[in-house]
Amino acid sequence: MRPQLIFALIFAGLIGLSLVTGKIDPYYYTVIIFIGINITMATSLNLINGFTGQFSLGHAGFMGVGAYVSAIASTFLTTHGLGTEVMGGVPVMAIALLVGGLAAALTGLAVGIPSLRLKGDYLAIVTLGFNEIIRVIIQNVDFKIDGISYVGGARGFAVPQLSSFLWVFGIALVAIYFVENLINSTYGRGFLAVRDDEVAAEAMGVHTTRFKVRAFVIGSFFAGIGGGLFAHFIQYITPDNFTFLKSIEIVVMVILGGMGSTYGVILAAILLTIMPEALREFSEYRMIIYSLMLIVLMIARPQGLFGSETFTRFFAKRKAAANKV
Amino acid sequence: MLEIKDLHVSYGQIAALKGISLSVPDHAIVTLIGANGAGKTTLLRTISGLLKSKSGSISLGDSELTKCAPHEIVAKGIAQSPEGRMIFANLTVMENLKMGAFLRKDTDGIATDMEYVFSMFPRLKERHAQQGGTLSGGEQQMLAIGRALMSKPKILLLDEPSLGIAPILVRTIFQKIVEINHNLGMTVLLVEQNAHMALGIASHGYVIETGKIVLEGEASWLAANEEVKKAYLGSV
Repeated sequence: MRPQLIFALIFAGLIGLSLVTGKIDPYYYTVIIFIGINITMATSLNLINGFTGQFSLGHAGFMGVGAYVSAIASTFLTTHGLGTEVMGGVPVMAIALLVGGLAAALTGLAVGIPSLRLKGDYLAIVTLGFNEIIRVIIQNVDFKIDGISYVGGARGFAVPQLSSFLWVFGIALVAIYFVENLINSTYGRGFLAVRDDEVAAEAMGVHTTRFKVRAFVIGSFFAGIGGGLFAHFIQYITPDNFTFLKSIEIVVMVILGGMGSTYGVILAAILLTIMPEALREFSEYRMIIYSLMLIVLMIARPQGLFGSETFTRFFAKRKAAANKV
Repeated sequence: MLEIKDLHVSYGQIAALKGISLSVPDHAIVTLIGANGAGKTTLLRTISGLLKSKSGSISLGDSELTKCAPHEIVAKGIAQSPEGRMIFANLTVMENLKMGAFLRKDTDGIATDMEYVFSMFPRLKERHAQQGGTLSGGEQQMLAIGRALMSKPKILLLDEPSLGIAPILVRTIFQKIVEINHNLGMTVLLVEQNAHMALGIASHGYVIETGKIVLEGEASWLAANEEVKKAYLGSV
């Protein structure tokens, strides 16, 4: 079966599922939505960390930029005529997500150009620091338009409810489809080449800095949209939602899933969202068990759940195996 | 013709190349021999734009290369098979070869050249779906050369193709270099520690010592030269 067809089928399935989400227990529904958002976050970070090999620890920062900017956009629009009643809130959400994504992408560009000259640990430290800078900036921003408070600094920012199952998983699907197609294109192979050997990639004619910045910008764009989905789901965001701990959480998903394996990263995003919830009954031992499970998983599968397998390669291999028989 | 004039390159305070002049005529095989740390790899990397020169010039035809970015130099027709092979370990053999053709848009031409590389190195065809990192040293060397050929260069820079591979394979690889030069008319600049093999296939040779050219001449003359014999060929 062709990947396009599979994606189309999954999308149709999502529409079907979205009709029954109202009947799900709200707690489970929340977990499901977080799974979808985390898939988008992890898939986009995988483009930077997994496929391009640039270790970023600032993904939550971009998520925060997207969350706040999209929330500003939706709050402004809903109080200026384009309310949630217009076509079920679809236009306002679409605009808010797009603006949030673009703002995050622009931030990614601004951060990426100077810092992507650095490698490995140094880049990780810079992106980590940047994550905190964004958080601190948000903490100190607070303004009013027509008497309505925006951003709200450390107090937090109330956001209209606009996210839905279909939005969250539709976007996740778009992110997966986009990243997979990019990586399997002739152009996208440049990202993999940068990861495997930067000098050789440069000797082959790959403009390595440009590729790194592109991965960063695209990854940030989807992180921003993920932030927008998050903000419009939980309806109340504070800067503390986007600390570097959130970044690390996403990095863990990428590493556990297998750097550069979209397949594995999706599975890890699902697993790591469910695990802390499933462990709730252990109350105070929850995080200990969670950490232990991570350690065991990492020892058992150091290459990640799926190694470096990708969707398309997986299908290509299956096809090859089927042809042999 | 690739022409290098009075090239100086340094790593911070340490001068690696101290005024190198060298020329590679079209369709020739020219070799640069020298010991470890003499500056051979530095020279090739500077030609490819991976290192920046301090002064001096590198010109290909009418264009000056010292100010060009690596991808521009590849586009001008200089490809390198780097030292230590630098295969993309997680990409398949096929994908590695396609990376060589990264800047090319002519799909048909790429397919033709891919066939040529496969006909020259049948081993690579057998392993086309295997990851580059799983190949043996010799196979990786073949892949590195094949990958460099895929950019359809005018000049092929080969950095120590004999490094770390079995002697019998070294012979095969040198035969292939002659073949590439002969069949495609491709200019080759070959950097080697294995002076015996290199001088055997080259028409012209340069000897580099601590960043300076100390001897140059026809390959056969160099091979017979007492100094060269003592220093690089072993007293046979």
